[in-house]
Amino acid sequence: MIPAPAFLANPERFMAFSRWAAPMLGAFAVALAAAGLWLGFAAPEDYQQGATVRIMFIHVPAAVMAMFVYVCLGVASLLALVFRHVLADAAAQAAAPLGAGLTFLALVTGSLWGRPMWGAWWVWDARLTSVLVLFLFYVAYLALRASIDDEAKGARAAAILALVGLVNLPIVHFSVYWWNTLHQGSTMLTKGALAPVYATPLYLMMLAYLTGFGALWLVRIRGEVWRRRAEAAALRAARA
Amino acid sequence: MPDFDFGKYAAYIWPAYVVTAVVFAGLIATSLRYAARWKRRAEELGRR
Repeated sequence: MIPAPAFLANPERFMAFSRWAAPMLGAFAVALAAAGLWLGFAAPEDYQQGATVRIMFIHVPAAVMAMFVYVCLGVASLLALVFRHVLADAAAQAAAPLGAGLTFLALVTGSLWGRPMWGAWWVWDARLTSVLVLFLFYVAYLALRASIDDEAKGARAAAILALVGLVNLPIVHFSVYWWNTLHQGSTMLTKGALAPVYATPLYLMMLAYLTGFGALWLVRIRGEVWRRRAEAAALRAARA
Repeated sequence: MPDFDFGKYAAYIWPAYVVTAVVFAGLIATSLRYAARWKRRAEELGRR
């Protein structure tokens, strides 16, 4: 049996796979988000947070996905650096803007929850600051790639930066345990911490964000493959 | 049934959902447009 990553390492096979996988994941994302939002808006107000508990259904998935996408970016960058595989580099390049968008959402929705609950839009506690650093790593990755004219050199420099940024992920995750933060500890990993009436829409939204990211990631990688094919064809035509 | 009466927290909840919708709409639009543009270009050059 061929392992999935090796199977997808072939661009032709990847394009054939992603052609049906991307719309399928997109359809799953829409259905899961519809169910999650319906149950989320139907959930009763929390006894402490009141109606603001509804922000959790979009904030927590964005925050978790911000970290997950960075893991994808880091792994793809490592594969691109070690094996110089064109699809791995395309995957890293495609993941970065999606990760930046999700991290931005985690920061903004967190701030909109923090103002009524903490009385502050922003505090420089370890969790918030490390997520801001994560966002800056995404932005730096995109800026570095865009700023170097030689695409191969830019990809290599950005991949090294992405690997350096992986150090920040355990800091983001464990910051609420290592330091005394205003941000609460992990609720999702604590058994029984969430009542089913909140856990069900939250997990549905988590799956919606995951499948939505999967669909957009595949679409963006396909775009990268076509761009590289077009540029190679243009180069061949110019030489002929 | 969904309840959209957020009381005094409406000023925080609605912007959170609007920003999320706008960012996702942007990511979806740019992703689809980028892929469609380069697919078209690759096919044009491939036909020559």
